[in-house]
Amino acid sequence: MAEQVKEKMVTLTIDDVEVTVPEGTLVVDAAKMIGNDIPVFCYHPKMEPVGMCRMCLVDVGWPMTDRATGQPVLSEDGKPQIQFGRTLVTGCTQVVSEGMVVLGYSEKVQKARQDVLEFFLTSHPLDCPICDKGGECPLQNLTIDHGHGESRFVFTDKKAGDKHVPLGDLIFLDRERCIHCARCTRFQSEIVDDPVIGFFNRGRSLEITTWSEPGFDSYWSGNTTDICPVGALTTADFRFGARPWEMLASASLCTQCAVGCNLTLNTRREAKSGGQLVVKRVMPRQNEQVNETWICDKGRFAYHYASADDRLTSPMVRKEGKLVPVSWEEALDLAAEKIQAAGSQLVSVAGGRLSNEDFFNLQQLTQKVGGKAALYSEMMGGDLTAKVGMGPDSNLADLGGGDAILVVASDLEEEAPLYWLRVKQAAERGATLIVANPRHTKTDRYAEFKIRYAYGQEAASVMALLSAISPKQPNLSETVKQLARDGMVKAAATAFAEAKNAVVLFGSEGTDLAASTGLAKACANLLVATGHTGRANNGLIGVWDKGNAQGGWDMGLRPSSTLADDLKAAKVAYLVAVDPAGDDPALKQALQAAEFVIVQELHHAASMELADLVLPAQSFTEREGTTTNGERRVQRFYPAVPAVGATKADFAITGEIAGRLGLELEKTAAGMVFYSIVSKFADYADLDYQKLAEVSQQWPIIGRDDLYYGGTGYANLQGLGVQLETAAGRGEPVSLEIFELPAETPAEGLVAYPVTRLYDQGNTMRFAAVMFPRIDEPFVVVSGADAAKIGLNGSANIELNGFSADVEVKIDESLPQGVVLVPRSFGLPITTPAPVAVKK
Amino acid sequence: MAGQKVTGHRLLLRHRDIPDIGQFDVYTGQGGFETFKKVVTSMPPDEIKQIVLDSGLRGRGGAGFPAGRKWMFVDNNNWPHYLVVNADESEPGTFKDREIMEKNPWQFFEGIMCTAFAIGANDIYIYLRGEFWQVAHQLDQQIQKLHEEKLLGENLFGTDYSLNIYTHLGAGAYICGEETALLNSMEGIMGQPRLRPPFPPAVGLYNKPTVVNNVETLANVALILEKGAQWYRSFGTEESAGTKVFSLSGKVNKPGNYELPFGATYRELIYEYGGGIVNGNKIKGIMSAGASSSVIVATDEALDTPMAYETVRNLGADLGSASIIVLDETVDMRWLVNKTIHFFKHESCGKCTPCREGNFWMQSLTERIWKGGASQNDVHLLQDVATNMQGKCLCALGEFSTMAVISSIERFSEDFKV
Amino acid sequence: MNAFQQKYATEIEAILSKYPADRKRSAVMPLLYIAQREGGYVTKKEMSEIAEILDITPTEVASIIGFYTLYHEKPGGKYRIQVCNDLPCALRGADEFLEKLCENVGIQVGETTEDGLVTIEGVMCLAACDKAPMFQVQTGEGIAYHEDQTLESTMALIESWKQQEKED
Repeated sequence: MAEQVKEKMVTLTIDDVEVTVPEGTLVVDAAKMIGNDIPVFCYHPKMEPVGMCRMCLVDVGWPMTDRATGQPVLSEDGKPQIQFGRTLVTGCTQVVSEGMVVLGYSEKVQKARQDVLEFFLTSHPLDCPICDKGGECPLQNLTIDHGHGESRFVFTDKKAGDKHVPLGDLIFLDRERCIHCARCTRFQSEIVDDPVIGFFNRGRSLEITTWSEPGFDSYWSGNTTDICPVGALTTADFRFGARPWEMLASASLCTQCAVGCNLTLNTRREAKSGGQLVVKRVMPRQNEQVNETWICDKGRFAYHYASADDRLTSPMVRKEGKLVPVSWEEALDLAAEKIQAAGSQLVSVAGGRLSNEDFFNLQQLTQKVGGKAALYSEMMGGDLTAKVGMGPDSNLADLGGGDAILVVASDLEEEAPLYWLRVKQAAERGATLIVANPRHTKTDRYAEFKIRYAYGQEAASVMALLSAISPKQPNLSETVKQLARDGMVKAAATAFAEAKNAVVLFGSEGTDLAASTGLAKACANLLVATGHTGRANNGLIGVWDKGNAQGGWDMGLRPSSTLADDLKAAKVAYLVAVDPAGDDPALKQALQAAEFVIVQELHHAASMELADLVLPAQSFTEREGTTTNGERRVQRFYPAVPAVGATKADFAITGEIAGRLGLELEKTAAGMVFYSIVSKFADYADLDYQKLAEVSQQWPIIGRDDLYYGGTGYANLQGLGVQLETAAGRGEPVSLEIFELPAETPAEGLVAYPVTRLYDQGNTMRFAAVMFPRIDEPFVVVSGADAAKIGLNGSANIELNGFSADVEVKIDESLPQGVVLVPRSFGLPITTPAPVAVKK
Repeated sequence: MAGQKVTGHRLLLRHRDIPDIGQFDVYTGQGGFETFKKVVTSMPPDEIKQIVLDSGLRGRGGAGFPAGRKWMFVDNNNWPHYLVVNADESEPGTFKDREIMEKNPWQFFEGIMCTAFAIGANDIYIYLRGEFWQVAHQLDQQIQKLHEEKLLGENLFGTDYSLNIYTHLGAGAYICGEETALLNSMEGIMGQPRLRPPFPPAVGLYNKPTVVNNVETLANVALILEKGAQWYRSFGTEESAGTKVFSLSGKVNKPGNYELPFGATYRELIYEYGGGIVNGNKIKGIMSAGASSSVIVATDEALDTPMAYETVRNLGADLGSASIIVLDETVDMRWLVNKTIHFFKHESCGKCTPCREGNFWMQSLTERIWKGGASQNDVHLLQDVATNMQGKCLCALGEFSTMAVISSIERFSEDFKV
Repeated sequence: MNAFQQKYATEIEAILSKYPADRKRSAVMPLLYIAQREGGYVTKKEMSEIAEILDITPTEVASIIGFYTLYHEKPGGKYRIQVCNDLPCALRGADEFLEKLCENVGIQVGETTEDGLVTIEGVMCLAACDKAPMFQVQTGEGIAYHEDQTLESTMALIESWKQQEKED
């Protein structure tokens, strides 16, 4: 167990209530712990205090000491005499001390709040009735508490400001409403290190601006609207959309990446939707072990795919070349018939946004007929995370001084933004960060050790770390030995080995399934060899390329390294929540060869053009289920809106088909499927939906009446989830795996390697209109030297895996020569490193 | 006494007695930089700090904090240390540092170099307001000369002590005279003040222990180290040791810098040195510390008050940077208040609410009060707004901006009758 | 290496050497002065180039331009006459001086002459209160003080600039 450092505690009195808090706590936070809400605007519990807005002024007194004797001065009643300061102090910057007395309700303090508020309101517009923040606005609420009844500021002297300023595609600014608290700019620089918005001018002319290209283009921008304490920052998709009090809140989860951020879906009934509930916005739901109070913009804005106009509403069968609507009965009968006939030639392909329940039923069905169920993922190692992954009670926020984190083969912010954020923060708390990647990524900024290996050497570089501390490894290739001689590798390996807690996050930079297999094994070996398994805050995290990939692995699905061939030979290709034809022309070709294609989807994706049978599924907003994240935390999501048309949940569709084949699977409720999961898989043994819905008090306390403290993000009332035990944690023996390092691609000419971009052309992004402008055209990344050599200027034509495509060209100076990065899910044929020709 | 020649009470504006002291050879001809050599080769830093503390030298930037004490606060568990010279001189009515740097530069350099050694700094940054472009250019050339003369650089006088001086130009922001805003500005971010504590001697430039002192303060240091603390204390008063360069401006016949011992009276400064009020007019008020202090009603008692930290306070004002702006009977205090608030509104950095919003609000009121259209209520409101700002601002600028307003309305109430 | 960096390579290197290697952001102010040398203001391109050199964002560079009065993001006159009309100077006739100067040049405060030669601005205290009326002239090359001015001396100065323009 991690050694618990006993914090020194301090007792103070706030408005006559005694409270004992850890040394170093700020007065506002101490007050918050006892439900005394000191008003704040600029202070946010996740950011360093700046003391700018002056709203939190309180009267602070200290026990007097006799200078001569050093003894406390006592008053007549024997209590310590308290000396109050001449002026009020800001509670957000004042650290507590023993015996301190804080007055928040004194007349002096109340007057100060009134005064500061009056200053705020001098030029603030009186547009609450049409302001998006109205109803959840800290300034509005505090004005009701402390405001003057009337304005003493002459209206015509008011400082006018620009309205509806688009800071970027996703965020709008109303300059008149801004109260200059700098929460947004501090969030962008301090928390996510992406300072693309900032103040311009000074004094009363201070205004938030962006001078970056293309404006406020940050993966994190939406969070600024949650913490903006007024209606200055609003999102492009929600502004003027609804009033806060009209909306219901449903708990949900994001499946866009491996983090599994907790969401709240705000819904309301709308006339234009026929009186139906619709999702109006996605907000973060606090889970301090997962996403804290933040979410990335993909999670916040891409949900629109679920409510896009062209949702499939009815089953369809291809008749005379055309897909025509049919009844569920007919569709399911046909599916069952074809699958039965296909037998072992059924190939099921399952996408990463499916729930555990969906995976389970699909796997059971496929197994029943002896077919092959493939997880649509380009990464391996989901079995290893089950052995040596993060154990129960892990929290990346616990990592700090004395701990180590290795991030390997991952552009972490692109692959899993919240993991990136939490790794960055751990490094800032003092954890040793080792970044091993063939090119520069944003994670490098916080790394103590930056290991650059050649593309294809990811497993070798991890084995080099291992051999640097334990040289007697068998089967070490020359590459490994050479890498291990590097002084930096040695130092990094030592730091990793000696760390109290150590975590490895492995991603998919440049890897195919073969490379991923080696990489995952190497990472597991490093953890086993250094004893960083089977404990909380130690272990392997898969930065999965697909949201619920871990759930897929846990339910028994595996990626297929021969997917194209599988599909080509399939009698029935059963595609669930995947769009191979859209992602990769090679897979499209393969599908064309498949005998019968069933597409179970939400939208008209490219693969539907090749479908013989279409089964309309429900989106995550319409149903419930569970997912398992990269740290193997099982979490639960809930239905928020009624199902669209005649759609059914994926597990239900599969269950119905299975029933027709004589396999009885649960299909009425996800919770029932979960019982099956629990009885079948030991890792999930003790779980049920109730346990997943349990919550405990989290810090900071957010989402109460005092929205000014934590912002408008939601408190978690619907479940923090449960982290699964690992094999190592159960005491099962885990040993070093001896394996062959994957062969390196010979570097003859240019070689293309696959990489992941957060904003890809996958079928969630493509169906979320608000994200359109943010998605790149298909592109490749080349080194500056290669670009110069070929004479590339912005665009190129590539020949890759027998396909030709016109693409944009980006230049990365940190990229080794000879390497061409090709993004996944951009319609380019890249599943494995391959020779590529790049022409002007 | 051998060494640097001091005439009467002019310790800093010595170019007025020795016109060519700005030439390196003239300065060294008098034993210039001997003190620096002595300091580096033979004086322990603690001893230097003690001498400066004993001399009673107080910071000339306005707050009057004992320089020696500030240096003693420097955290010796955290290295490197920095000396940052505050040459931002932006308080309206203050123009002393520029004259010292332009006319008596070597004494200034020797002072900052001795100080750097005392606090264990190997790098000195001179932060000049951007408008002092020409001064910076001159200092840059002189720094070059100091390198040539082996008074700067590595291993000075064969010791292991190394010292470099760099100039850094601001770009037009009064707030950068506030030491933490100045540090932010030096670090390449907006010049907004930081929270204090921590104070710069603990956490300063680049989060390292830093002493920030005013040009005038440090220009005294070499002389003090040469001639001793007691010698320095022979000038001035008990609590305000030494001399002060008083910048005299406004409605006087002979505006300019006058170096006098602390304790000289306003009457001496204005009438003896400043040649009295223009056109033989009647004096009305005195702004004792530029735009940042309360306005003193120029009574006989006030005029006979000694100019020292401890005595000006009795007039409900501050000595501050001792930039004395003289107001005569022709000055309408409504005009003065409007002018002052125009300045503060322009210079408010915008970081804290009361200063940002309050000065904007006050400006809208003072404009109306001066240019017409105001009621008596507006005067009350102005007073109330200023009062509400007090005690709530992040740094002193916000507080300063209310001084002229409140004191003028209180002390010159007849000017504010609508 | 971007164009700005190439153009002023030695100078930029000298400036960067003043500050610790991991604190090169400190050089933003001197680099902005260099950027103003040619056009008297900082272009958006130069903001990006400076940002690149210092490893910060263009927005962070812009915040410096916005905060300080001696940086300009828009073009002005070749010569910016910045008359101090703050309190001490105003007590010695600076407001009247500024007004008359504008009248003579034929522009309002804050405006630029049609030929793009002169901009006249009123500015805060320049620390030359005993030598009012006074102003500084900001050009791309730097700043020069002109003290104890009269309308005549100032008009003569402007005339000399015009002459110089003709000669160039």
